[in-house]
Amino acid sequence: MPQFDYAAPQTLKEAVDLLEQARGRALPLAGGTDLIPQIRKAAKQPALLVDIKRIPQMSRLEFVPGKGLHLGAAVTCGSIMRHPQVRDMYPALGQACSQIGSRQVRNRASVGGNVCNGAPSGDSLPPLLVFEATAGITGVSGTRQTTLEELVVGPGRTTLGPSELLVEIVVPLPAAHSTSEYCRLSLREEMDIALVGVAVLLAVEPDTGRCLEARIALGAVAPTPIRVRDAETVLQGRKITERLLDRAADLAAGAATPITDIRASAEYRREMVKVLTRRGLKACLSRLTRQGGGRR
Amino acid sequence: MGKTPGTIKKTSIAVTINGESHELEVKPWQTLLDMLREVLHLTGTKEGCGDGNCGACTVILDGREVNSCLVLAPEVDGSEILTIEGLSVQGVLDPIQRAFVDHGAIQCGFCSPGLILTTRAFLAENPHPTEPEIRVAIAGNLCRCTGYDKIVRAIMSLARP
Repeated sequence: MPQFDYAAPQTLKEAVDLLEQARGRALPLAGGTDLIPQIRKAAKQPALLVDIKRIPQMSRLEFVPGKGLHLGAAVTCGSIMRHPQVRDMYPALGQACSQIGSRQVRNRASVGGNVCNGAPSGDSLPPLLVFEATAGITGVSGTRQTTLEELVVGPGRTTLGPSELLVEIVVPLPAAHSTSEYCRLSLREEMDIALVGVAVLLAVEPDTGRCLEARIALGAVAPTPIRVRDAETVLQGRKITERLLDRAADLAAGAATPITDIRASAEYRREMVKVLTRRGLKACLSRLTRQGGGRR
Repeated sequence: MGKTPGTIKKTSIAVTINGESHELEVKPWQTLLDMLREVLHLTGTKEGCGDGNCGACTVILDGREVNSCLVLAPEVDGSEILTIEGLSVQGVLDPIQRAFVDHGAIQCGFCSPGLILTTRAFLAENPHPTEPEIRVAIAGNLCRCTGYDKIVRAIMSLARP
């Protein structure tokens, strides 16, 4: 293992000061499940790792009734998927977290790391996009907020500066009468990267069956995870029929710009966007019907 | 890079390993796996892939199983760690170890410490799992000998109410 220095500050200020002083040669460390292998193969060569796990804000995992879910950047995927309110109110997020790595990996891997890696296939991102989550960021000159959609700008690229830290992700309350679903396809069911990931949030008026809100986000089929607003718009305000589902799935597939790589061809990925979008919407519909209207 | 406040070249940590407290000097880039094997000579924990795929290096850190090759030694300051050496009591195997032996769930034995510790953490969370749940739970532990069937049967034998 290449050598580096290690610091475990207890406050955000100390952490950003350390990053600032290191002038681009320091990296924040959360779960390390991606970073440590990258350092080992010299893909990243930090002089200093700033462990953020001793900073209290980074470990906050709290559902605030009437407000939403606070996810500190260092909160593990394992604790998110086990959290009762996540299972209840943010099923797509729990499903995505439960499909990242193995139990061992999920016990370390953080949601902040999954987001900041900016991988097109990062499983937590499509659900966070459909919930319209925001990011709280701290730097030497203060704090700022941004949407997660704006935070990730390209494969492996975010708008974070070298001495800025993602502190928390705030996930607003999902719409009334809504539920959500994350559908993912990979070559193996466990321990594999998504070929395609689709998160869907759907709200349907209980009496009329009219769609109150539809949000669809795709992972692994564009340089970043993306919302597909054209597909959402066709559902909005209408009673959802099989034909409308087909239409939305086609539009989602049309918005994808996948690549061909070792795992799958672009054509296959685009076709699977269609399948998974439909599957996600159907899963939401049947849950909403079963529960008589989802969450109120 | 100049020396920055709060950074150090060697750090001393306090950890409890298998119920015993230790004060250790570790290097920042030393993994928990290397610390266990090279400093404490607890060689029951194995290194397989070194990047979090095989689970041979699984230990239980503060109640949850982790890949010790992906954890840095300084990160575990103040923690409690359980390794395979901590399971048996005065030479008497723990029930999970016993079940693995009784079901022939061990061939070369390289994956066994990791699988047994994953099983321990998993059963603590879900004492009566179904077979599919067991198969998902051990997805992060590769075994190249047994084809997993005997391992799954060993875990099933512990899972029955």
